[in-house]
Amino acid sequence: MSGARARAPAAWPLAAALGGLALAATFASLLVGYVHLDVVAALGDVAHGRPSLAALVLVQLRLPRAALGCAVGFSLGLTGAAMQGLLRNPLADPGVVGVSGGAALGAVVVFYSGLAGAFSLALPLGGVAGALVATLALYALVGRGAGTMTLILAGVTINSFAGALTALALNLSSNPYAAYEIMFWLMGSLADRSLPQLWLALPLMLVGWGLLLSSAPALDALTLGEDTAMSLGFDLKRLRLTLVAGSALAVGGAVAVTGAIGFVGLVVPHLLRPLVGHRPGRLLLVSGLGGAIALLVADIAVRLLPIHPELKLGVVTALIGAPFLLLLIDRLRREA
Amino acid sequence: MRIEAINATVRFGGYSALTGVDCAVRSGEMVGLIGPNGAGKTTLMRVLADLQPLQAGEARYDGRRAHELARGELARRVAFLAQGGEATWPLRVDHLVALGRLPHRRVFSGPSAADRAAVEAALRSADVAHLRARTLGALSGGERARALLARALAVQAEMLLADEPVAALDPLHQLSAMALLRSVARGGAGVVAVLHDLTLAVRFCDRLIVLAGGRVVADGPPSALTDAVLSAAYGVDVVRGEHRGEPFIVPWAASAPSPGAGKPAPDPAGP
Repeated sequence: MSGARARAPAAWPLAAALGGLALAATFASLLVGYVHLDVVAALGDVAHGRPSLAALVLVQLRLPRAALGCAVGFSLGLTGAAMQGLLRNPLADPGVVGVSGGAALGAVVVFYSGLAGAFSLALPLGGVAGALVATLALYALVGRGAGTMTLILAGVTINSFAGALTALALNLSSNPYAAYEIMFWLMGSLADRSLPQLWLALPLMLVGWGLLLSSAPALDALTLGEDTAMSLGFDLKRLRLTLVAGSALAVGGAVAVTGAIGFVGLVVPHLLRPLVGHRPGRLLLVSGLGGAIALLVADIAVRLLPIHPELKLGVVTALIGAPFLLLLIDRLRREA
Repeated sequence: MRIEAINATVRFGGYSALTGVDCAVRSGEMVGLIGPNGAGKTTLMRVLADLQPLQAGEARYDGRRAHELARGELARRVAFLAQGGEATWPLRVDHLVALGRLPHRRVFSGPSAADRAAVEAALRSADVAHLRARTLGALSGGERARALLARALAVQAEMLLADEPVAALDPLHQLSAMALLRSVARGGAGVVAVLHDLTLAVRFCDRLIVLAGGRVVADGPPSALTDAVLSAAYGVDVVRGEHRGEPFIVPWAASAPSPGAGKPAPDPAGP
């Protein structure tokens, strides 16, 4: 990661600036909500262990939402950049290997079976299980040394199969409320998440981030193709397995808690790539931080918009992200 | 360092790209690998670089097999320049060249003074220092080839395996790149270059390995590149001459067909 510090001093200030912005956005997210809250006073209550209502709102409602926004955004931005680097394709997104479809299906199965109401962590656990199954299916293919093209095809297949099963669950749902809930959950949101959900997802995401960030030099080497990367001493089979595991943990953990949130992992790496000289290794951390900022800002926006019920986060990121991507594509076409 | 291919045999589907190839290259010598399209040159280069799974035979590095070397050792000791390389992302030339230092990096550490010096030396040697801030996409084909050559030089390996390093270059840069490769060899490293220009091959190389149909048909000093060998390997007749004591060879016409040898076929390893 610290690759070319001396030659390109601009990159660390960029990461520091984005890190500062991400922290600021996390704090701003704490300030925004539907009830008036004196955050400073509430923080004082928390620090002194006073069980006030303000402290409760801060720790039980605002904090999980802000922290999850930051972590999920980081996961999406980081994984998007890693997948684009691995597949050497700017159209790859965090879900390209099928884990997000698997996680969504896992959560839907929990909804459908009625387990969702049984205990509060049933839903995210179902999501994690779904991501795990999708990853194992993928490993069954790439573990035997299949190439990148096989990886993409397997991911696309797993995603569309999971999508079909999700649609099947909706189709067969005898209870219209369950179907309604499934549809809304699939749109992706950070609303009403709890601290236990954060504690469930965060360790998974942290391990995933570690795996993804450790692949930075290999992704740089891959810029010149697979032969050159191998000749520079990188084991591509291991790289693929590491990145699949990392994205399964990061995105699987994220989707399990928040539902599918699109476009962040696709657009953010695009936007930041020129700022790191297009180096895929350098892009990882920066793109993660950018993803955190993007998701937090979008989540603040849905709470500030005078629309009720609150817009789903996944809907907003897609509404903003799609035209944005079009603009980027247009710019790329002009440059080409 | 000495790299040997022993009985190297590679098949793609039903097609034999290499059949029982034995050859050796060592540090300090400049070897030209020549032969018609589809002769197996790229496949043999990939075998020597330990990039190619073999159906039979093996590659040895100072007598040891690749997996017996320390992790990353092969990457530091053997540099590989792929044919007609492209970069996925529009990196600056100097960032691209710095990728050649990755085998020398420790995890999570920045470039050392030696890394920076190697990158600078490589940029200058390949005559791309003035292009350092340009991206690969903003270069001509020849400039791109030189930037990629600089990337391979930056490894400062004991052996440089270069697949068609001069194919895209203009005449002046062909000559300077060949002189550069020879100076690398004189500096103690080994160089194996896949070449198509017979004059460059006989002028600059210490030894030529001629492949045809996946087999070695000649291996020896440039003087061993006789008309019979060229006719058998390429199916061409050549015009020879001498200028200031150095030989040149110009392909002139298709030779009368001889059965078996030099059969044109698509290069199975691809670009």
